[in-house]
Amino acid sequence: MPENKRPRTKMVPVPSHSIIPERDADKSPILECSHLGIDFGGLKAVDDFNLTIGRTEIAGLIGPNGAGKTTVFNLLTKVYQPTRGTILLDGMDTAGKTTAQLSRMGIARTFQNIRLFSNLSVEDNVKIGLHNQEQYSMLTGVLRLPKYWRQEKAAHERALELLSIFDMQGMANFKAGSLPYGVQRRLEIVRALATGPSLLLLDEPAAGMNPSETAELMENIIKIRDTFQIAIMLIEHDMNLVMGVCEGICVLNFGQIIAKGTAEEIQANPAVIEAYLGKQKEA
Amino acid sequence: MHKIKSWYSGLKKATKTDFATYLGVILAFLIVFPLQQKGILSRSVSGMLIPLCAYIVMAVSLNLTVGILGELSLGHAGFMSVGAFSGIVTAMSLQSAIPSPAVRLCLAIVVGAVCAGVAGVIVGVPVLRLHGDYLAIVTLAFGEIIRDLITCLLVGYDSRGLHVIFNASGSRTLEDLHLAEGGFAIIKGAQGATGTEKISTFFAGFVLIMLTLIIVLNLVRSRSGRAIMALRDNRIAAESVGINVTKYKLMGFITSAALAGAAGALYGLNYSNLSATKFDFNTSILVLVFVVLGGLGNIWGSIIATAVLYVLPEALRGFADYRMLIYAIVLILVMLATNSDSVRNLYSRLFQRKEAERDA
Repeated sequence: MPENKRPRTKMVPVPSHSIIPERDADKSPILECSHLGIDFGGLKAVDDFNLTIGRTEIAGLIGPNGAGKTTVFNLLTKVYQPTRGTILLDGMDTAGKTTAQLSRMGIARTFQNIRLFSNLSVEDNVKIGLHNQEQYSMLTGVLRLPKYWRQEKAAHERALELLSIFDMQGMANFKAGSLPYGVQRRLEIVRALATGPSLLLLDEPAAGMNPSETAELMENIIKIRDTFQIAIMLIEHDMNLVMGVCEGICVLNFGQIIAKGTAEEIQANPAVIEAYLGKQKEA
Repeated sequence: MHKIKSWYSGLKKATKTDFATYLGVILAFLIVFPLQQKGILSRSVSGMLIPLCAYIVMAVSLNLTVGILGELSLGHAGFMSVGAFSGIVTAMSLQSAIPSPAVRLCLAIVVGAVCAGVAGVIVGVPVLRLHGDYLAIVTLAFGEIIRDLITCLLVGYDSRGLHVIFNASGSRTLEDLHLAEGGFAIIKGAQGATGTEKISTFFAGFVLIMLTLIIVLNLVRSRSGRAIMALRDNRIAAESVGINVTKYKLMGFITSAALAGAAGALYGLNYSNLSATKFDFNTSILVLVFVVLGGLGNIWGSIIATAVLYVLPEALRGFADYRMLIYAIVLILVMLATNSDSVRNLYSRLFQRKEAERDA
């Protein structure tokens, strides 16, 4: 075996087209899925899903409605247990783990249909995201020991700091359920970031946003990646956003990957065009 | 004065509400306690004070399960029953060992809370792992089972210690306890606990309410409480941020059960005769009515609703036949008032105007 430096990975053989940007080439990938699949009864909702994501990559997952994009997110966060295949997060196997354990391992997500703690304040929503960063027991909380005050103060400051990403510090005491739609989406992203993830999954972050809000969101997605140095994977139907921010794109149709590559490669891929627009008629 | 004012306005709204709740309870106690001591209150009114305290603790603890954890419990009286009878057994069997009634009452309340907490573990561990309304079904059954179990229980105490017989066949009597000379029966099957020394005091009730408030309100404002409320609002999202669902559901439910047990011990030691049939389904529903009318998740609401609805039937005693009719009408009116949009809008308009005036 040659003595040259090999990347410290325990990579399973992933088929070609893994989409790691060059800056992550010497690091082990954050996420490796191999032959991932799930059946709902006789239906193969996702089948033979292979994907590798680099440590600071922004990856896009696109496809027509019902292609299985959200199912992939649910598999990655173990809302569904996969029927086949393995998911390695930072080189560690996630088999048999629960959703909560995966959050502690470093996956955070937002939801297609917003899931906030709508009766609680904006600040409390973020503090719940900080749940596993704080470490004090129920007894400490009830007796309000010094540790409680210290950690609550830190959590308060951290929550405001995170809210400032989207300029939302002023809304800290508002009830989450009373916020406008676009702001709720941003709050979900802040809450996900509060868990201290290494991989952030965004499920249609721009849904219901107008073009200027979407443009702002694009900037913020890149800003979040740069400041937190994390990988982001997003599902989105807004092609401007996907082509604008994603360094690698993966196209899903009927539960299977039909193309992987950069924005230009995807746009030129005949299989992708067929999936979205249908087959060209023979002249 | 100005300093206090600026300090107060700097507080969060939730902290202000908590302070107002503590202050309200303390004020009410400071008014009622001297009246009771000087004997100005009538016998029937002062006799209601300790049960009222117990029901307030019950309502606050049930609010923890229903309003804050978001799970329906229909057998809260079962936990009260466990606390009451374990408390009575503790207090009566320590009669000669600890002469001070106050110390015995404290011990009885602690034992009652622990026993009810254990019952909470037994019910909660299997049930809270499921999603859905199973807790309501199981607690409903639990309340009925506990009542029947205690009806079958014969407990006596003598110089050799406690004697317990489980009289499932119904054929055994107190004779079977074989109590030595000087021994006495504490729980006599269907008759319940008789000849209990009444050691509960109104002051103890007040202290228990304050402790309950401190536990529940501090829990709600802590990391654990936020996790519990997150489960109520959206379980899937709570899991996705790394909250252990079963752990925090159990934490909320067991705390609630233990507080109900403490309330039961206070309640049980206020009567010389107490039968297990007192803690039936109707009692569970009564407490649930207090909680729902006071507002789910609203702690001071539970306290006020309990005080009003517990005193109301007594105050209406003069109307004899119409008393339950009026009680029902009041319930319906309160429900209409709290759920109607027009009333709510009126409230919010009044409230906003006040705020606008203050800011101007």
